[in-house]
Amino acid sequence: MRSDGRKDDELRPVTAKAGIIKRADGSGYFKVGNTEAYAAVYGPRNLYPKFMQNPERGILRCSYNMMPFSGAGERVRPGGSRRSKEISLVTEKALLPVLELSEYPNSVVDIFIEFPQTDAGTRCAGICAASIALADAGLVMKDLVSAVAVGYNKGRILVDVSKEEEDIEGMTDIPVAVLPRTGKISLLQMDGQIPPAELQKAVAMAKEASRKLYEIQKQALKDKYHSFEVGELR
Amino acid sequence: MMYDLKEHVIKFLQRGLRVDGRKPLEYRDISIETGITKNAEGSARVKIGETELIVGVKMEVGSPYPDTPAEGTIIVGAELLPLSSPEFEAGPPDIQAIELARVVDRGIRESRAVSFKKLCIEPGKKIWMCVIDVVTVNDAGNLFDAAALGAMAALKTARFPEYDGEKVNYKKLTDKGLPIEEEPISVTVLKIGEHFIVDPSTEEEKVYDARLTVAIMSNGDLCALQKGGDAAVTEEEISQMIGIAVDKSKELRKHLSAI
Repeated sequence: MRSDGRKDDELRPVTAKAGIIKRADGSGYFKVGNTEAYAAVYGPRNLYPKFMQNPERGILRCSYNMMPFSGAGERVRPGGSRRSKEISLVTEKALLPVLELSEYPNSVVDIFIEFPQTDAGTRCAGICAASIALADAGLVMKDLVSAVAVGYNKGRILVDVSKEEEDIEGMTDIPVAVLPRTGKISLLQMDGQIPPAELQKAVAMAKEASRKLYEIQKQALKDKYHSFEVGELR
Repeated sequence: MMYDLKEHVIKFLQRGLRVDGRKPLEYRDISIETGITKNAEGSARVKIGETELIVGVKMEVGSPYPDTPAEGTIIVGAELLPLSSPEFEAGPPDIQAIELARVVDRGIRESRAVSFKKLCIEPGKKIWMCVIDVVTVNDAGNLFDAAALGAMAALKTARFPEYDGEKVNYKKLTDKGLPIEEEPISVTVLKIGEHFIVDPSTEEEKVYDARLTVAIMSNGDLCALQKGGDAAVTEEEISQMIGIAVDKSKELRKHLSAI
């Protein structure tokens, strides 16, 4: 049993929604435990300055940002940190494999990910929200992306670590993003120590948990379009 | 193209209507939700129609300004997130965001909504600073009124964190609320052609001639003004716009009083 009553392989409660930001071309909301992510997709749109355009394929730009009041403790100064820049980069790489950007020459797809409230696992929640947003925008995609962080401490592997668990001395944090249909991994980071065999187990547990997330993400998208079917579209 | 949009908006107004079907002095539905993010000492989500923004209050201990050694202060920041509109770009706050933050600040500061004296911990040494951050989630027009409403709702529900004289313990909030002594309401009135409207949509914000944001106290007195837009206005028009603002503020005040 964990401090919040979960089993080792149990996710925190998850809520997902699609289409929550009307001005965006696509948007997603993903809440896991007390971590809450909004993602908005703008594009494909023209890319400027022009010399950055690629006539063969569009480019993807990701921005990960915490709202100033979202963190536990002191106010987060707006304007981005080295941390948020790195997470923006790995998020972009986590999402790229599912996108068919050759469909969008000379264009850019912008993804903005914002957190009103954080409690560990933000990059994974951001990726889940972003992947819903990309699908909501109607982009050509091969798959969604589901992501979860697993923790390792003293021989024990914990799925979806909370802030309280993350702060335990010696906790190894392993965020993993999975392309559910192929089982391939598009984000893998680790902070802390682990024997190689245990890492394999940890990644396998992340993959298992990501299947559940995948179903929730798909349902969020279906829910949006279901309500269209019966209501707004005739 | 903008010229056509303006003609279009004015044609509707001549018939006493807006492009979205509203009457000229009609707000969209307003909702305020408080306590929406647990890491802030106070927070609120405001929706006006499809416009949505979040305001969070963080309490910090700092040193007073030399000219007001026994007074705490407020700091207002606004982030027009690129998440919330195709027209907002990433980067440091631009002039639009700065104006928004400063107009919200002025309404709260000049109405003495928060007692600065009661935010003093140790004269000349330590004071509380309320850092109020406005962030946009979906910009469908009228961020000024929404931000002012959200800032007051977040302040009203904010609690001091524990402070032992050395360090702030953000993990523990006390039962003590902020010293709120007044509740200003902001109403923005736009002039398009010869017509006045409130609660503009994105389209209307693209074509207006003049804008007046009026902050109004609970006794009906005014505490801050900001004129915007390219066109000049007459004295007569100003008093008309203020009249509309004072009148509409009663409607908005109900939402804030309910918190």
